[in-house]
Amino acid sequence: MNSPSTRSHAYAQAVAAKRRQIWLGLLVLGVSVLFAGHIAEISPAKFFDNIGSFSSYFHRISHLENGQWVISDPLEWFWGWKKWLALMGETLLMAYVGTVLGAFAALVLCFLASKNMTHNTWLVFATRRLLEFSRTVPEIVFALIFVVAFSLGPLPGILALAIHTTGALGKLFAEVVENVDMKPVDGVLATGANWLHKVRFAVLPQVASNFASYALLRFEINVRGAAVLGFVGAGGIGQTLLEVIRKFYYADVSALLVLIIATVMLIDAVTERIRHRLLGQERAG
Amino acid sequence: MSTVHTKAQEALRARYPQHFQAVYRGRIPAFLLALLAVVIFAFGVHSLDMSYGRIVGGLGELGSMVLRMFPPDPGSWHRTGIYTYAMLETLAIALLGTLMAAIAAFPLGFLAARNTTISRVVQFFARRSFDTLRGVDILIWALIWINVVGLGPFAGVLALFMSDLGSFGKLFSEAIEAADDKPVEGVLSTGGSSVAAVRFGILPQMLPVLLSQVLYAFESNTRSASIIGIVGAGGIGLILSEQIRTLELQEMSFVILLILGTVSLIDWGCARLRFSIIGARAL
Repeated sequence: MNSPSTRSHAYAQAVAAKRRQIWLGLLVLGVSVLFAGHIAEISPAKFFDNIGSFSSYFHRISHLENGQWVISDPLEWFWGWKKWLALMGETLLMAYVGTVLGAFAALVLCFLASKNMTHNTWLVFATRRLLEFSRTVPEIVFALIFVVAFSLGPLPGILALAIHTTGALGKLFAEVVENVDMKPVDGVLATGANWLHKVRFAVLPQVASNFASYALLRFEINVRGAAVLGFVGAGGIGQTLLEVIRKFYYADVSALLVLIIATVMLIDAVTERIRHRLLGQERAG
Repeated sequence: MSTVHTKAQEALRARYPQHFQAVYRGRIPAFLLALLAVVIFAFGVHSLDMSYGRIVGGLGELGSMVLRMFPPDPGSWHRTGIYTYAMLETLAIALLGTLMAAIAAFPLGFLAARNTTISRVVQFFARRSFDTLRGVDILIWALIWINVVGLGPFAGVLALFMSDLGSFGKLFSEAIEAADDKPVEGVLSTGGSSVAAVRFGILPQMLPVLLSQVLYAFESNTRSASIIGIVGAGGIGLILSEQIRTLELQEMSFVILLILGTVSLIDWGCARLRFSIIGARAL
């Protein structure tokens, strides 16, 4: 039997072991931080020196050329609003077209990537690796490559968004398809249906609202993505943003940032409402 | 088969006529919505200059580029060293950015949580600031910081710091709000101060959640850190974008493979650590 003293001894030992583990972890972390700081050429002093320059940068982007606070003269602040809104519209359209293309490709590929729909193990494996590759390579890298192949403009940006969307949605769609109730599938197959009938009448009704919800979520993400694709010349508002930041047009920087943030928040709010309705329908139905 | 009408079928048809009719009427809104979606898509394809000729020509060019990417080849041992060092710099940026954001977000998370904030106004503004920080893409933060501190990895660290501060602030405050109240009440009932209540009541509950979130962020920051170099904020992205522009395609595919390999290595390591942390909580 354990006497109270040996038990408390065991407890003290367990605590000490845990403490040793934590200290060891902290030591490893500390060494790697020092090493990282050395490689990235950062010292704490450098960090504190630059806090002041950031606040002065913030001061400059929040004031107009004449030294007035930007909000005092919105028309002067958003002087280029016609051009900027058109660019923002182009950005949204790029995100939309990219999402639709990607969602369509994902819709086709997800059935090939789910074990309960495709019985050829190799095909499932190959499709999954393809999807994984498309979502692991960042879309801006695809955009860089496509800009060389397709030349500058929105087209390479859209294709980059579409490929990344295919990878991300294909995985999510396949997971939904693998979780469907197989009874309707058996029922439809029992009537002599072919593969297409099976998908259309047994699977799609079960997964459609989830698919739409995921696609909308991806659209939100793609709006953010499309806003920066212009940095590498792949269309949208990013190109203009890059210029005004690089050329130190301070008030324009804040105007464009406000425009982008407001648009992203608006899109988020709208798609969130639609998604809630979609999922609500599913629960009711 | 379907043309043979048995008596039973006729009886069913008579009893439930609505189930033997096409279901067009209920589908009009869905149809209009789909039509709208197609119209916007067509407008986009038209106005964004996605012509057939451009796509086919570009695909041909892309195909020949992909062929020239193989086999992936770093060129020389000297270059392999350069790429490895750039990858290390990328990891260093990710580590420092994540860690700094986690340290800064820790106290701010308490301010933004309903149950530990000092006032509703502070909580509201903390939450909105986090939203704004997160709303700006990491590449935009990188560009802004390049203006402030100049080109180099330091701008990258600060860019990761800004966008992570936004997400950590939100996640930490949610973890604090989700904490069980009973341990807090227990500590307070023994005469503990509110600081003691946070330290012994809330912290033990949220620490595993918090650590696993930080590890998860480190994973995703490794990806982000490898692209911010494209705008000049340090790391391997700069090498990658130069190689694409100068069409050194075999070297480029080597660098892409290096990035993918490192990212999956980090993913694997973080997943193991996360598992051991969450496992420890279950004990």
